[in-house]
Formats: sequence, structure tokens, C-alpha cells
Amino acid sequence: MSDLVAEGKTPDVVFWVGCAGSFDQRAQRVTIAFTKILNQLNINFAVLGTEEACTGDPARRAGNEFVFQMLAQQNIATMNNYGVKKIVTTCPHCFNTLKNEYPALGGSYEVLHHATYLQQLINDGQLKVEGGAFKGKRITYHDSCYLGRANDIYEAPRAVIESLDADLIEINKCRTNGLCCGAGGAQMFKEDEPGDKRINVERTEQLIEVYPEVIAVACPFCNTMITDGVKGENKQDDIKVLDIAELIAQNNQY
Amino acid sequence: MGFLQIIQILLFLALVGTAGYIAYGKFKEIYDNINMGKPEVIDTTLGFRIKNMLLIAFGQKKMFKLTFAALLHLVIYVSFCITQIELIEIFLDGLTGSHRLLYHTFDGPVFQTIYLIVINFIEFLSLLTFFVTIIFILRRTTFKIERFKKPELKGWPFRDALIILGFELTLITFIFMMNGGDSALHIQEHGHGYGFILSGALGNALSGLPTGLLAFIERVGWWGHLSMVLTFLVYLPYSKHLHVMLAFPNTFFTRPEPKGEIHNMPAIMNEVKSMIDPSFVVPATEGEVQFGAKDVYDLSWKNLLDAYTCTECGRCTAACPANQTGKKLSPRKIMMDTRDRMEEISKGKKEHGPDFADNKTLLGDYITAEELRACTTCNACVEECPVNISPLSIIVELRRNLIMEASDSPAEWNNIFANLENNQAPWQFSPEDRLKWTEELN
Ligand code: SF4
Ligand code: SF4
Repeated sequence: MSDLVAEGKTPDVVFWVGCAGSFDQRAQRVTIAFTKILNQLNINFAVLGTEEACTGDPARRAGNEFVFQMLAQQNIATMNNYGVKKIVTTCPHCFNTLKNEYPALGGSYEVLHHATYLQQLINDGQLKVEGGAFKGKRITYHDSCYLGRANDIYEAPRAVIESLDADLIEINKCRTNGLCCGAGGAQMFKEDEPGDKRINVERTEQLIEVYPEVIAVACPFCNTMITDGVKGENKQDDIKVLDIAELIAQNNQY
Repeated sequence: MGFLQIIQILLFLALVGTAGYIAYGKFKEIYDNINMGKPEVIDTTLGFRIKNMLLIAFGQKKMFKLTFAALLHLVIYVSFCITQIELIEIFLDGLTGSHRLLYHTFDGPVFQTIYLIVINFIEFLSLLTFFVTIIFILRRTTFKIERFKKPELKGWPFRDALIILGFELTLITFIFMMNGGDSALHIQEHGHGYGFILSGALGNALSGLPTGLLAFIERVGWWGHLSMVLTFLVYLPYSKHLHVMLAFPNTFFTRPEPKGEIHNMPAIMNEVKSMIDPSFVVPATEGEVQFGAKDVYDLSWKNLLDAYTCTECGRCTAACPANQTGKKLSPRKIMMDTRDRMEEISKGKKEHGPDFADNKTLLGDYITAEELRACTTCNACVEECPVNISPLSIIVELRRNLIMEASDSPAEWNNIFANLENNQAPWQFSPEDRLKWTEELN
């Protein structure tokens, strides 16, 4: 971002990479896949890079409002300074916080999750889904809480999967009834509380019941949780856990 | 007017008056309890409010996620509402000492037809409700339904559910005693009944009994019906069945925000603002600022209204990922604890005066850190609740207190807080490395 601004240019959209997308090895693959799509379509975008801080989602949900406010206000200062108008992000947690919680702190932007963004690119013909690598493949989709129930986005990720000509199979507990992967509310960063089972194991069992070849996700934390779950079931050779951006990038051989 | 009639009118007035007085006292107490909460502005239009109330409370929209339970519940709900029409006549008769005042006053064919349709409708629904009630009793006692087997339903909540179902059966029995006895008397006098299908048949069967006995059956049914309704009114505010009333205001005041949004804390926002920008003057706040909620006083009135509205149905708990995997957290218990704590405080105030304080708090004595920490903030409980309650909102407020006031945080969370402060990421990576992924791009 700072480079573009130094050259006197303004990006049409800021890609909010997020902490997972920046640092987590698995999520980095998604970041790269999504960037390749943006590059292929010659979209004029920028990232905040080293100026991006965590949105504060895990801090706020754990109950630490101080840390949330410090991060959020820092981000808002950065973005308002650059005159950011539109943001796209591959993380539903970042999406929810930026879209719903930053306005009360003075940061109002048009915020899109990449599921919606990809759906729009497909719909207006900019993104042509070609190649057919997933044609007829059994794909099931795991609803992320922060996309689905939290923000009522259920159709966009499904539209992206359907554009692949894949065989989208719904499990019983999908959409509003979807079970959490277990990572939200800062659970990602600590052990489960004492119980009978891990939440990600329960969720993975529900997902593999329909014998999918691919479990599609739209969240870096769900990705980690479900990937772990599939490994726990020893099914990692038969079932791939892929983000919807990866599905598109692999299909189009970007 | 005969002596007996006057006695009946007086007895009626005494019964209704006493029940009304007791119920008023308890309802007023609940109203005051809800107002113990902090102010919260729910910024919605009247149209939005009425729409939610009509769809969700009146129309029971969210109940139908579980079709079978919803249909059973619908039968009881409709029959509860419709039976109140018959109550109008019972009240008029009670006040005037007359017998079937409406039936006798308006004796044109049109009104008589309407009257017959209404009573027949009530009777058929009552019979249906009788069977549904028995199914409900079996669901609570015999069938293995997970959400009715959780620990928070042991004891009083379990008895409460059965007591109401028992009331239901008793009330229906009284309705048929009243109408059946009356039909039999009518047959004895006029050679035919009123035209009530079910109680008419019953009356036919009973019409051989002595007139005195029939009159006794009819009177027991009439007074019994009235007493059950009044008992219900007095019992309601102590029971989960308070939802038959509070579901309406609670859905009326549905919060407008997307479910993912967690309420801002302006006090902390301003404090942090002044740290970043020393020229910013923090607006003065009144009184001591307490972060998050430690007790019911610190929750908003909407949280407290939620707690009194809870039907204890457990749909939230059945959907909760933490509860499903054996963790201690149960969103239903969060709501029940909040209500119990309010009741405890208001009982204390009644006994020891308005300054009553004990050493207990909602956080700690009722709800433990372990429960709170198991929540993934997934919103499944909020989505499921048929009367638009948010257990999550209370969980977040209690967590805020736990972390910011009690500094009670698991070590792993302290680590992420430190990382967030130092590296602006929950992990221990340097902010300088945020763009490392781009090295792999080409
Ligand atoms: S938000 Fe928390 S309490 Fe509610 S269902 Fe999810 S994990 Fe359970
Ligand atoms: S909070 Fe709602 S879903 Fe949960 S028990 Fe109460 S009424 Fe049922």
C-alpha cells in the first residue's frame, strides 16, 4: 500500500490478508491462491503489508477489550490515513470485525469476504472458471460461523463451488444448523476445556459421512481445524481440505 | 337475586381479586428485577419490532425448525388462546351471577351459530390438547430426548414442566365436566342439548343421573375451570411458562445488529484513544466503571428480559458445539442461572430491605470460568432460540469481567494477548515478516 501511495496511485480494493493468511503456513497457500486470481484478472489491489495489524477479533472475544481497541484503532488510523474505501479478505473473522465492529470506532469501509467477491467476479464475467479439474467431484462445504450465522452469507461460497461444475453435496448439519469447527471465540489459541471430544473431531465426522473428495472451506481457522480432523481420521490421502480460492486457482491452473 | 347468587358473586370476586393481587405483586417484582439491569438502546423501527413479534412470538416461526415438537406445541398454544374466549363468558357469569349469559342474551340464529362453532372448536382443541399433553409428559419422563436430560433440568425445572402439564389435564377435565354436566341438564329440561358435539355426547350419556348430581358436576367444572386459570396466572411468574407472555416483548425488542457483532465498550475505546492521541479528552463518566459483568446488575435490561423469557427448551444447548462435545457449558444454564440470581436478589431485598447485598455474584457462584471459556462464540444458540434470546451476549459480558477485572485468563490466552500487543498478531512472529508469503508468489 505504502509503495502505491508513494507513486501517487490508489488501489481499487485493499486485500486484507489477516494474521493467519500472513503467518500460518496452510493459510499462506490460500493467500497466494487468492492473490494469483487477483493478479490474473489484473485487479488493482494493494495489501497493507507490515502496516496491517490483527483486527483484534480473538482479543475482543476472549474478553480483552483493551487489546482489541488498541489494534482496531491502530488499523483504522492506518486505513483512514490511506483513504481506504473497499476491503476484501479471505478470513470471516477479519471480515466480521472490519465490517460490523469498526464503524462504531470510526472506521467505515465497504468490506467483502472473498466468497462474495469471487461470486461477483464470476457473475459479471470477469472471472471465467475453466479447466474442469473438479468437474463432477464430490465436494461438501463447511459453513464458517462467522460467515454464515454471524453474517447470513450462505449462498456465495456455494455459488463459487457450483461454478466448478462440481457435485456439491450438503451434509445434514449445514447452513444455519452448521456446527462450529471449534476455533472461534479465541478457542484456536488454547486447548479445549475438559470434555468428551474435540469439537473439530465431531465436525469432521459429520463432514466425512457423505464421502466427499474435497471439503471446501472459506476460513483459515476452519481449514486448520478440519485438516487436523481429517488427519485424525487418517483420511488425508482421500479427502482434501481446500479453501474456495484454492479451488478456483487450481481449477484455472493459476 | 337470590341469596345463593349473591354468595356466588362474592366468592367469585374474592377469588379473582386475591389471584389478581398476588399475581400483580409478582409481576411488578419481575418488572423491577429486569430494571436492575443497565440501560441498552435498541435502535429499531416500530415496523421492525412488530414484524419480529408477529413472526416469531405470535407466528412461532423459529419453532418450526423442529417440525414435530412445533406442531405439538402449536396445538397447546392455539387451544390456550382460544379457550380464553370461553373465559369471557365465565367472567360475565361470575360477575352477574347468571348462567351462560352470552348464549341467552343474544338468541338470534346468527349469534347462536357462532356460539356453537366457537364452543365446538374449543372442545375439539381441548380434546386434542389432552392427548398432546400426554405426549409431552411422556417426552419429559419416558422418551430419551437429550435436551430434556441435561443436569440443569434436574429438580425444580423438571417438576415445573410436569406441574404445568398436570394443570393442563386438570383444566381440560373441568371444561368437559362443566359443558358435559350442563348439556345433560339441558337435555333433562328441554329434551335436547345445546348442540355441543363432544360434551353433548357426554351429556347424553350422563342425562340419566339425578339432576342434583349433574348440577354439582357442572358447578365443580365451572369453578374448577376458573380456579385453574387463576392458579395458572399466579403460578406463571415462578415458572418457565412466563414465556407465554414475555415472548412478545422479548421479540419486540429484538436487537438489529448482525449476530457476529459484539457491542462496543465506549469507556475503553475512549481510554485507548487518549493513550494514542494525548490531545483527546476522555468524556467524564458517572460513577465507578466496571468492565463487563460480574453480577446481574451489570448486564443490560435486555439480557435480564431474555432470562425471564427463557422457555428452558434447550434448543440452544442441543446446538452448542461445546455442550455436544461434553464440555460444561450449556447456554440454557446461562439463562436459568441469570434468572435464579435475580430471584435470589429480589427475595433478599424483600426480606432485608432494598440495600440487601450478599457475597455472591452471578460470575463464580452460578457460572464458572470453565463454562465461559468453552464458548466458541459460534452463535448457534442465538440462531436456535425460538424466542430470540442471546445467551452469547451474557457470556461475552461475563468473559470481559473475568479477563479485565479478575485477570483470570488461561496462560495460552495471556500469551496471545502479549503477542498481540507486541507483534500485532496472536503468534510470535515479527510484524516485519507479514509479507514473507509474497516471496513464494512467483
Ligand atoms: S455461541 Fe457459545 S454458548 Fe452459544 S452455541 Fe456457540 S459455543 Fe455454545
Ligand atoms: S435460551 Fe432460548 S433456546 Fe435456550 S432454552 Fe431458553 S428459550 Fe430455549
